[in-house]
Amino acid sequence: MTQPTGPVLLTVEGLTKAYPGVIANSDVSFAIRTGEIHALLGENGAGKSTLVKMIYGLVKPDSGRMTWRGAAYAPAKPRAARASGVAMVFQHFSLFEALDVAENVALGMEHPPAMGELAARIRSVSQAYGLPLDPTRRVGDLSAGERQRVEIIRCLLQGPKLLIMDEPTSVLTPQEVDILFRTLRQLAAEGTSILYISHKLEEIRTLCDSATILRRGRVVASCTPRDSTARAMAELMVGAALSPPERSQRRNWGEAKAALQVANLNVTSPIEFGTSLRDVSFAVERGEILGIAGVAGNGQDELLLALSGEVKSHAGMVWAAGIDVSRLGPKGRRAAGFACAPEDRLGHAAAPDMTLVENAFLTGAVRKNLVRRGFINWAATRAFADQVIADYDVRTPGNHVAARALSGGNLQKFVIGRELLQTPDVIVINQPTWGVDAAAAAAIRQAILNRASAGAAVVVISQDLDELLEISDNFAVLNGGRMTTPQPVQGLTMEQIGMMMGGAHGMETAQ
Amino acid sequence: MIRLEKRPTPSRFWQAATPIVAVVLTMFAGGAMFGLLGKNPVEVIRTIFWDPLFGEFAWYLRGQLLVKAGPLILIAVGLALGFRAGIWNIGAEGQYIMGAIFGASVGLAAFPTDNRLIYPAMVIAGAFGGWAWAMIPAILKTRFNTNEILVSLMLVYVAEKILSKAALGFLRNPEGAGFPGSRNFASYPAASNPELIAGTGMHWGVVAAFIVVIFAYVLLQKHLLGFQIKLAGQAPRAARFHGVNPARLVVLCLGLSGALAGLAGIFEVTGPAGQISLDFNVGYGFTAIIVAFLGRLNPLGILLAGLLMALTYIGGEMASTNLGLPSAAIQAFQGMLLFFLLAVDVLANFRVRVFAPTKQGVS
Repeated sequence: MTQPTGPVLLTVEGLTKAYPGVIANSDVSFAIRTGEIHALLGENGAGKSTLVKMIYGLVKPDSGRMTWRGAAYAPAKPRAARASGVAMVFQHFSLFEALDVAENVALGMEHPPAMGELAARIRSVSQAYGLPLDPTRRVGDLSAGERQRVEIIRCLLQGPKLLIMDEPTSVLTPQEVDILFRTLRQLAAEGTSILYISHKLEEIRTLCDSATILRRGRVVASCTPRDSTARAMAELMVGAALSPPERSQRRNWGEAKAALQVANLNVTSPIEFGTSLRDVSFAVERGEILGIAGVAGNGQDELLLALSGEVKSHAGMVWAAGIDVSRLGPKGRRAAGFACAPEDRLGHAAAPDMTLVENAFLTGAVRKNLVRRGFINWAATRAFADQVIADYDVRTPGNHVAARALSGGNLQKFVIGRELLQTPDVIVINQPTWGVDAAAAAAIRQAILNRASAGAAVVVISQDLDELLEISDNFAVLNGGRMTTPQPVQGLTMEQIGMMMGGAHGMETAQ
Repeated sequence: MIRLEKRPTPSRFWQAATPIVAVVLTMFAGGAMFGLLGKNPVEVIRTIFWDPLFGEFAWYLRGQLLVKAGPLILIAVGLALGFRAGIWNIGAEGQYIMGAIFGASVGLAAFPTDNRLIYPAMVIAGAFGGWAWAMIPAILKTRFNTNEILVSLMLVYVAEKILSKAALGFLRNPEGAGFPGSRNFASYPAASNPELIAGTGMHWGVVAAFIVVIFAYVLLQKHLLGFQIKLAGQAPRAARFHGVNPARLVVLCLGLSGALAGLAGIFEVTGPAGQISLDFNVGYGFTAIIVAFLGRLNPLGILLAGLLMALTYIGGEMASTNLGLPSAAIQAFQGMLLFFLLAVDVLANFRVRVFAPTKQGVS
């Protein structure tokens, strides 16, 4: 591939945007040429989202200017941006699950054509760009990759000049990523510019023509990804050298019974449009880390609920060291040695408006003996919260701060620390480093490894394959509520993993 | 231009200051309304807020303050516990009536026996009546997922029908020459709730209200159940993760608020009201909702809010009799209080920013 040399489509000069207490963007400048795939690289909180929201007209810059094909460009609303030819695929989809694909697409259009005509156009665009999609299917039945295609096709129907993609591959299987990249290259070859936001370096190296790297709201570098290394870009992005996690030699604990055993677990999803678990079976030994991969919405949340005790299963389905805990609720499971960390930090793992002390009590009450005769021992709870804050390097003005005032990474460190410091025998964590900056993610992975070395059985559910392959001993995939048989990570190839993840969801790429 | 920005953490200053600011704003807006009605605003405000406490008849009205505040506080504390947990009992008025009927029935059944256990038995029956009436929405909600707001509210009207039946039928005074209403408990000492210290308005219901405030305060600050109530209200999923059983909490909170409303009912009917009559209930169960919010769902706040609300009742009554204000104007005045409280409440969670509109980007 050659460097695109087309005329400049969009320039951004000195954009600055401040929110109370934080400068999201400071003097950001870069340019995108016609037909270029331009990467916007940075950690969570580096200001990527704010920047593209300004380009898309969702946020107004405090200062700075933009030009579009040489003319001044200041979209007051997304509608104005769309009229100029900017389209955006968001990280979190805005789709109605109860409606079908064509209806969802129509809802995003200002003047939707008749349904039959729209369905025909969806079909032709999906054919043309190798994005198989049936316009009559209900969105609630689609996989995450297919939902993303709905969003992409919705954008392509506008005939955009600039397509913004926010972390598009975080929900895709490796095969789906290949399909997406082929589509994006085809679009670029036809003259559509693409602004590609990600923190996945290898992807950017294979896909993008140029990259702008942001750190703490500023442009720290721009480079040609193909000529750079992932490590060099990572260090520019983080601003420090990174060390991979270390693990002491796994030892044999010689227990007769698995620390956690799940036998033919069947659970009806309590979540609307959720995925029920079907015949999930696995065992985790002391000191073992089982990594469970899969695209979100394939039963991950349900598995966590069934293990934490929030959803009880039938007797005989969940065992801890030979004891049936299936009928126990969250408190009973904790007493039996469980510690769980749900994916959603604000609202599930922690109460947003409660202080860190109260949030420490939330799960620490049982194993830390914080209740006596119905009364809460707040002094001991404060001490526990302070221990979590100190041991897990939670950056906070104090233990009296509300959970929602903490950044995502800090709160996640608090949540993980709170669970791991209860010296559990069984640890279940859903998405341990989702939305967490690289340094905090490394610290969290190291803490999980340390607990495993100390003899805990660990289940890590994650969408981040690299993370799972880095820390897991055994690997399995949840797909449509069913789980594959766990296999040792040693010797697994990406291709095998992709097949375990359900390939490209039965879709052939249109060639 | 003015913009509201969400604060990272709620402002403690504004949380404490909003009730005071709301009262002051209500005085101004209410004064304007009274002025438009052709009255001297200062005189009306003084009649409502000053005279009951320090005026000519204060010796009598101060006692009335506790008489009115007692049931309001008792009911509002129970409601606040439920509201904190996101369980909306709107039917305290019905539970209040049923508590009065249950308790009074026990007392009247024992008439004219004299025994020191009669009154305690009536109090227990009163609490039971309120609890049982609140169990209807509780069980319907936990079993069939009905909306407790609608069910508890509709049960108020059912309770009112039962009250008419009681006053005209099964609890009617057999020596009352056919007039509606039960025997008067004032003439049946074993079952009456007299003023404990003459002139203060202090009766057993007021004592119970103070005790309940202290218990509720300790419950919310120190007890596991209080933590679970707050957690369930703020973050229901986190509450389940903690291990709260939502159905159990619904039954507990509705039962507790129902029992307290029932208590208020029996204390009222044996004390200030004196008898079961067609209209002995004067809407305390509904006003208590305002009191609960005015007190920020905090037991100590409710204590103050109950006293304040009682003051506007008594002062309002004086204003309408002495100054000829329509009673609707007084009700509007009380409505303003809740309105301003909720409006000013925004300041606890948001910060007001005033800025000049920028020229750039406005198209």
